[in-house]
Amino acid sequence: MTQNPRQPAIEKLPTGISGFDLIANGGIPSGRTTLVSGTAGSAKTVFAAQFLAEGIRKYGEPGVFVTFEEPPSDIRRNMESLGWDIPTWESEGRWAFVDASPQPGEEVLFAGSYDLGALLARIENAVRRIGAKRLSMDSLGAIFTQFADGAVVRRELFRIVSALKRMGVTAIMTGERTQEYGDIARYGVEEFVADNVIILRNVLEDEKRRRTIEILKFRGTSHQKGEFPFTIMSGEGMVVIPLSAIELKQRSSDIRITSGNPELDRMCGGGFFRDSIILVSGATGTGKTLMTTEFMAGGVNRGERCLLFAFEESREQLFRNATGWGVDFEQMERDGLLRVVCEYPETAGLEDHLIAMKKLIQEFRPNRVAVDSLSALERVSTIRGFREFVISLTSFIKHQEIAGLFTSTTPSLMGGESVTETHISTLTDSIILLRYVEMFGEMRRGLTVLKMRGSMHDKDIREFTIDNRGMHIGRPFRQVTGILSGNPIHIAPGEIDRMNQLFNDEDKQT
Amino acid sequence: MTSKFVLKLYVTGQTPRTERAIQNLRRICEQNLGSQYQLFVIDVLEQPHLAEQERILATPTLIKELPPPVRRIIGDLSDTLKVLQGLDLPVHPTGTGGTQE
Repeated sequence: MTQNPRQPAIEKLPTGISGFDLIANGGIPSGRTTLVSGTAGSAKTVFAAQFLAEGIRKYGEPGVFVTFEEPPSDIRRNMESLGWDIPTWESEGRWAFVDASPQPGEEVLFAGSYDLGALLARIENAVRRIGAKRLSMDSLGAIFTQFADGAVVRRELFRIVSALKRMGVTAIMTGERTQEYGDIARYGVEEFVADNVIILRNVLEDEKRRRTIEILKFRGTSHQKGEFPFTIMSGEGMVVIPLSAIELKQRSSDIRITSGNPELDRMCGGGFFRDSIILVSGATGTGKTLMTTEFMAGGVNRGERCLLFAFEESREQLFRNATGWGVDFEQMERDGLLRVVCEYPETAGLEDHLIAMKKLIQEFRPNRVAVDSLSALERVSTIRGFREFVISLTSFIKHQEIAGLFTSTTPSLMGGESVTETHISTLTDSIILLRYVEMFGEMRRGLTVLKMRGSMHDKDIREFTIDNRGMHIGRPFRQVTGILSGNPIHIAPGEIDRMNQLFNDEDKQT
Repeated sequence: MTSKFVLKLYVTGQTPRTERAIQNLRRICEQNLGSQYQLFVIDVLEQPHLAEQERILATPTLIKELPPPVRRIIGDLSDTLKVLQGLDLPVHPTGTGGTQE
C-alpha cells in the first residue's frame, strides 16, 4: 500500500501492552478508533482495560472506560487481580467510567424515535473532565441488545467515533464474533470502524486453549501480519509474544566456550560457540542430564554465571545426580554463579513458562543457559505452540549473546528421532546425539556431533562411559554401522579397510 | 388520580426531536393528569452530570420518578399508547388505538 505523500503519516500511539507494540510497529493509530473483535472469553475486556491502565502507568495519560456490558463495580474487581488499582486512579482523576451497562430490574419502554445523544454528551463530558487521551468501549454487542433499532445504534456509534476523532482521542472498541474464523464482528460494527481491526482468538487446539492476537488492518500505516500468541498473567495483564517480529540479527561470535568436557570440546573443534544454541538428543538414561551438568559446571569453573531450567527432575534428584558425577551444585549456588530452577511443566502454559524464563534470564544475566528437557515442555503444548516457544526462547537467548543448551528425549531407546528434534533442529547451531549401542549382548553408549554450524568437527560416533567423575569419551565405534538408525550391524575389519581405501581421498579433504 | 406525578424528560439540545417530545408529553399530561404533575426538562448538553447520575444513554428519555415503580420511556413519545402504558394510566376505553386526535 502506498501512502499519499500529501497526507501526513498516521502517527502511532504505543499501547504499553507488553509485546503488542512490537507487532503493531509502534502502537495503534493515534487519534483513531480501533476495533478489537473476538469471541466470548477472548480477553477483549482485558485488552480494553489494559490499554487505559498502561496509558496511566507508563505514559501518564488519563483514560475513559465506557462499559456497555459489565457494571463498573465488576470491572474494578476483575482488574484488581491483574494488579490494576482502578479506584485509586478514579480518585486521582486519571480513570473515569461512563456506565452504560443495562440496569437490572428496570423496565424500559420505547415510544418513538430516539438517538444516543446523552451517551455522546456523557462521553464528551468525561473526556473533557479528566483530559483523557485514551478511551475504551466494551463491548458493542451489549448496546445492540439494549436498543432494538440496530440502524440507530450504528449511526450513533459512528457519530461517537467521529466525535472522538475530533477530540483527538485514541480509542478501542470491542466487538463480538460468533466464530474464531469468520465475520469480523456481529451487528456489522466493522462498517464504521473499518480502518483499524484487531482480532483476538481463543482457540481449542489439541484439547488445549491457545490465545492469539492478529492485527487485521491499520489503514495507512504498517503492522506485523499473522497471529501471535499471548497470555494473561496476574500482575501484568496481557503479554504478547512477538515471535517473527523479533529480528533474527544475532551476531555470530568466533569466541569458543567449553562444553565442560575436554574430549567433547575437541570433537567440536575447540568447544561450542559463545552465542550458539546446542541441542542434545538421546533416549532416557543416555546422559543428557550429565551433559547439562557438565555444561553448567564448565561455565562456573571459569567464573561464568549459569542458569539451569529443569523440567524433568526435582531439585534434590538433580543435586544428587551432580554430586554423583563430582559436581557440587550447592556450592556453586552459594557462590552465586549458578541458579537452578525446577518446575513441573504442567504448572503453567507454555507462554507463561516462556515469559517467566525470559524474566529470570534478564534478572540473573547468565553467560549460559540450559533447559533439561525441552521434551517435557512439549507435553504441555501443541506442536505449533511448541515450535513458537522454541523460536522465541532461542532468539531471546541469542539476543543476550549467551550460549544455550537444550536437551531432547527420543521416544525409542534405540536410534530414532523425537518430535522435538524435527521441529527445532533447524533453529539450533549444534546437534549432539547420544545413543544406546547394543554390542555382543551389552548396552554401550555412543555420542556423535551431528552438526556444528560454522566449524569443523569430529564426525565419528564415539563410545563414552560414565563414572563418578562424569563423562569420558573414548574411541570411535569402528566395527559397527547403523547406530543412529537403531540397528547396529557389525562389519568385519577387512571390509572397513576396504571402505577406508574407497573414501581415502575425500577424508583428506575434510 | 390522587398521587402526584414527577416526570423528568432528558433531551439533547433544542432539536426538532426535543420539541416533538416536549409537545407530545405536555399534551398527554394535560389530557390525562390535569395539573397533578410536575415536569422537569433536562438538557444533557448543559447538565451532562445529571445524565451521568441517571445513566441516560438515549434521548429523549422520560423517567417517571413518582408514583412508583420508576419507569423509563425512550423516544419522542409519539406513540401515545406506549406512553400511557409507561405512566400506568388507563388507556381510553373508547379507542383501540388509545389516541384521541
